[in-house]
Amino acid sequence: MIEFISQPWPWYVSGFLIAFVMILMILFGRTFGLSSNLRIICAACGAGKYSNFFDFDWRSQKWSLLFLAGAVLGGWISATFLIGDLPLQLSEATIADLATLNVQFDGALNPSQLFNIEFLLTIKGFILFIVGGFLVGFGTRYADGCTSGHAITGLSNLQLPSLIAVVGFFIGGLICTWFIYPLIF
Amino acid sequence: MKALKFIFSGMLFGIIMIKSEAASWYRIQEMFRFQSFHMYGIISTAVLIGVLSILIIKKLKINDISGNKIVFPIKERGWRRYLLGGIIFGLGWALTGACPGPMFVTLGYGYLMMATVILSALAGTFCYGLLKDKLPH
Repeated sequence: MIEFISQPWPWYVSGFLIAFVMILMILFGRTFGLSSNLRIICAACGAGKYSNFFDFDWRSQKWSLLFLAGAVLGGWISATFLIGDLPLQLSEATIADLATLNVQFDGALNPSQLFNIEFLLTIKGFILFIVGGFLVGFGTRYADGCTSGHAITGLSNLQLPSLIAVVGFFIGGLICTWFIYPLIF
Repeated sequence: MKALKFIFSGMLFGIIMIKSEAASWYRIQEMFRFQSFHMYGIISTAVLIGVLSILIIKKLKINDISGNKIVFPIKERGWRRYLLGGIIFGLGWALTGACPGPMFVTLGYGYLMMATVILSALAGTFCYGLLKDKLPH
């Protein structure tokens, strides 16, 4: 059983299970959305003193932080008990494209060449992770949701604003991948 | 027990993000290069099942586990904030290869440097809170 689960999952299994988690949260009387946690953490750290955007009863949102803690735990469980032998099945075309940017494919979840402290301390690392992280935090709150809140929950509930947000996600992602990456690397 | 069900749901979500490889920087690059159906398959399956399930919940007037009527959040009308905010998030998503969920999941997976990405994301959310009244929505 563990061996079976440890293999990479086909997209239809993954997609089905993501919908399952969303429905689970709906049946629990809550919603499925991850980025609101960033706002909740800011509020819990006292950001309400600086902006009324963070001045709300964050304790009533504790369930969301518990979900987030569970997600971290899920990552740890995957790394500890569910490691498969198969490398990530990245397409040949992407491997070749990344090679032109001098990023090697090593079969892991993330390129070890980029995901380490030494790289983080370079200019490129700063742009990728510090600037990138900032844009994720800023953009998701501005757009009022991220992939889970808009692309999954919002689209499932046929919300037009969510479709506009998803179009935005792709415009940003495509500009970055096709025009900004060649400038950074 | 109350707390446990949320931790369990989150744990399931975390495992799905890793085993689906949706939390992979490589997969996000592949998606934005249109070089595999993988990510598109995940998102469209989730949305298809999601649309059908929500339709059923609404038609059958299913209540939540506490017996309360399920209210689906309606997003405010408009397009500016969604498009502009979406583009900003998309830029960050392609750079880090992680949306807010996977940031935390990959931290748990062992990428400890993700903590700095999370701190940057918190700074980003904080700045949005400071600037929000000056931005077009």
